[in-house]
Amino acid sequence: MTTNPVTPPNAISGQIGRDVKRLESRDKVTGRTDYTHNLVLPRMLHAKIARSTVAHGKLRSIDVEAARAMPGVHSVITGADILRIIPNPYYGPAFHDQPILAIDKVRHVGEPVAVVLASDPHVAEAASHLIVIDYEVLPAVFNEVQAALSSAVCVHDVLKPAGTFPDLKHLEGLSNTNVALDFRVRKGDVDRAFAEAAHIFDDTFRTPQATHVPLEPMITVAEPGEDHLTLHTASQSPSFVRIEISRLLGWRENQVQVKTRMLGGGFGAKLYIKLEALAAALALIARRPVRVALTMEEQFFTITKHATTFRIRTAVDANGIITGRKCEIWWNGGAYADIGPRVTQKSGFTASGPYDIANVHIDSYQVYTNLPPAGAFRGFGITQVVWGYECQTDIIARALKMDPVEFRRRNLLKEGRPHPTGTVMKDAPLGLVLDRIADRMRWSEPFSHGTEKLRRGRGIGIGFKALVAPTTSVATISLQGDGSCILSLSTVDMGQGSDTAMAMCAGEVLNLPAESIRVVRPDTDTTPYDMATLGSRSTFHMAHAVRLAAEHILAQLTEMALKMGVPDRGSAGAGAVMRLTYGMPAGTVVGTGSFIPPYSSPDHDNGQSPDITPAWMLGATGIEVEVDTETGHFEIVRMENVVECGTPINPKIVETQISGAAIMQIGMTMLEEMDFDAEGQLRNASFAEYKIPGIHDIPARMGCEIAKATQSNGPFGAKGVGESATFGVASAVAEAIQDAVGVRLYSIPLKPEALYRAMAKARGETLPDDA
Amino acid sequence: MSMTSTQIKFVLNGESVSADVEGYETILEVLRNQFDLYGARESCGQGLCGCCTVEVDGQAVTGCIYPAMHADGSSIETIESLEEGGVLDPVQQAFIDCGAFQCGFCTSGFILMSRQLLRVNPSPTEAEIRNYLSGNLCRCGAYPEIVEAVKLAAARMRAASI
Repeated sequence: MTTNPVTPPNAISGQIGRDVKRLESRDKVTGRTDYTHNLVLPRMLHAKIARSTVAHGKLRSIDVEAARAMPGVHSVITGADILRIIPNPYYGPAFHDQPILAIDKVRHVGEPVAVVLASDPHVAEAASHLIVIDYEVLPAVFNEVQAALSSAVCVHDVLKPAGTFPDLKHLEGLSNTNVALDFRVRKGDVDRAFAEAAHIFDDTFRTPQATHVPLEPMITVAEPGEDHLTLHTASQSPSFVRIEISRLLGWRENQVQVKTRMLGGGFGAKLYIKLEALAAALALIARRPVRVALTMEEQFFTITKHATTFRIRTAVDANGIITGRKCEIWWNGGAYADIGPRVTQKSGFTASGPYDIANVHIDSYQVYTNLPPAGAFRGFGITQVVWGYECQTDIIARALKMDPVEFRRRNLLKEGRPHPTGTVMKDAPLGLVLDRIADRMRWSEPFSHGTEKLRRGRGIGIGFKALVAPTTSVATISLQGDGSCILSLSTVDMGQGSDTAMAMCAGEVLNLPAESIRVVRPDTDTTPYDMATLGSRSTFHMAHAVRLAAEHILAQLTEMALKMGVPDRGSAGAGAVMRLTYGMPAGTVVGTGSFIPPYSSPDHDNGQSPDITPAWMLGATGIEVEVDTETGHFEIVRMENVVECGTPINPKIVETQISGAAIMQIGMTMLEEMDFDAEGQLRNASFAEYKIPGIHDIPARMGCEIAKATQSNGPFGAKGVGESATFGVASAVAEAIQDAVGVRLYSIPLKPEALYRAMAKARGETLPDDA
Repeated sequence: MSMTSTQIKFVLNGESVSADVEGYETILEVLRNQFDLYGARESCGQGLCGCCTVEVDGQAVTGCIYPAMHADGSSIETIESLEEGGVLDPVQQAFIDCGAFQCGFCTSGFILMSRQLLRVNPSPTEAEIRNYLSGNLCRCGAYPEIVEAVKLAAARMRAASI
């Protein structure tokens, strides 16, 4: 530790860039990690949900008598019971559209209709099967384009925006529509660009509904008190939960306490309200603690990743310059909007890709359907738009007989150039990331395409994401009598290593090792407000707040030292200064940091904004595949990932974020798809039929690189990284397949059967059961 | 004790214990509800992900589908038994050193399976490690670090036994 008498606030003391093991490492290898999953409270009841078996229907009756009569059942709760304590029981971050339990209508298979409470979870489950729900089945709509273009089936009678987001206000009270946001970007004269183009491309790409399946299934335990409620919940957004539950109950925010523990994964599934509103209502009705815990199967019906249809039309001039792009994206939001309208806007405005295009026209539609709701999923919609724009970028390069790296280099958005929204690109070294991925793939060297039976091919993909705004993060650091520090923040550690990273950021300023700083888990009674742990935002926004809180501590120490007439030795002298100030080892000094980035929301009519994001996050992937031409089976034999995240705070953990994100996207690319039948029944809601990547799915060769760059407005030059390695994966695999065997697939997942059919078609063969 | 329960006796992490269990109860439920051992966890509920792994008579089993009554007379070890006198098992230490976990929910299962692998094969190849651990799932995708951790643990255990 330094004894420098004057510690400048930003002194580099070597925390940033250190290899710090996760602070909770020992707990995680000894089985002692404190997950909400483990929580048991005295007199706790277990809840089991009876769910809708139809995709769209009116509730004629709910017969709960047999369930209620089962020995050991405490009570059976329906929407009517909820209405007695919460008169307007509809929740959601963007629309107040989702009922705590179904009222009058059900809108997707698996929607919660009734709940059995019992001390024994087995009793609750057995009794839930005795509930008889009678439906008048209504016509349903499942396809996002059909639901957007026709109002023959409307999922909601009236649209009810939550009032939080100004760009949804114009939808208030609308009926006869399933479109829950129509976001657009308009730049230049697209029609003229197409009229004057040397080449025009028109393609449609699709992604399926998929789901997060964190291995700790969603769970909330509600604990009622006198005029107070505590929610123990595996949530990524404790501050939002408090605000929304207090709104539903008509209570002050300080009457609702939300506590999280370590999360067993999140990936976007555990954001906003999931089980919290139901658990709160049940606990208030039963006047006992209630545990609502989902099974893996139930997670499939709770929150998903948007299926998309993306039509992309591109005009290119004779020199291989993209002159115009028209993007139409339909996001299948399912029956409840959740945060879907933000996905539609935030990813929508990047849908023309990281390219410098003079004329751009983007329409991005959030659409209600009768499927389980879709919300945030690692990447927040970026993977769906990159899949479309990068696939087409490869298609164009092939048509122009240009090298795909060279074609991209010619068109990339450069530093200082305006993005189609008008925001000038800054700290977004796309060219560097492209060069690094090409270099790692040895792109300019000769490449062998293998044998006739085992063909090899390669591809690269690049994408970018805008960091979320508007947003607020607050952190506090309290100095104890002995000078040790406690860091309080509502960032949720769900495996990404945020506790460790934030301790490092505090330690960097305070000149203390991260391991010596105690990090308090989110508890809205004691830890300050944070928007949520999502969108790779914590490393930027919360780390700024932590930095400011630490600087505030140092400023107070300076003042105290001055008052006591001793040299200011920063945190090294903190214990001594505290003893002098309080006359004994006592007292508390609190430093607070609050961070709100600059931001201008996009104009409603044209999507233009001078400042649409505080930072761009970049990622690129290179893929080599080997295709068995006799069967259509293929393997990723090599994967390279490059991200640009500014200064990596904890480089080893950043590397695992890169590989982990890329592996998750391998699942989306090759395996994962929720399989619905024509009635909206899900056929694969388990790990037996819905395969996520296992250890055999990891490419034999896999490399990761952090591009050398600095985010000039980032804390310690840093920005987030949790999603960046997902961006380029899917399109790079599709291009590698085309490079290998000459056929192009337009929908993920890229399954061997689809590839086999495409190859057979290319050979002019008709298979007996071709669709 | 209910009218339908049965008493079973077994050795749990070296201690003789007994429990009253119902026919439908799994060993995972009994370990969590009656012995407060939370290192094994139910995730998929179908014996497909390995989060619930415990050892019965030295053999890793999926606790979420293992009937508690079958454990009568057996010896059960859980992740909690690995640390001895504040010293971690070499596999646990290697998992820390290689950063072989993110959220940690699957980690107990991976560690128990890795230990079993190294008992039967002290020098596994990368392919053998992948094959042996293919029944465990990690949604965070820490597989590359897990493979490295098993290699590191194997090397350290071999060095220690020379």
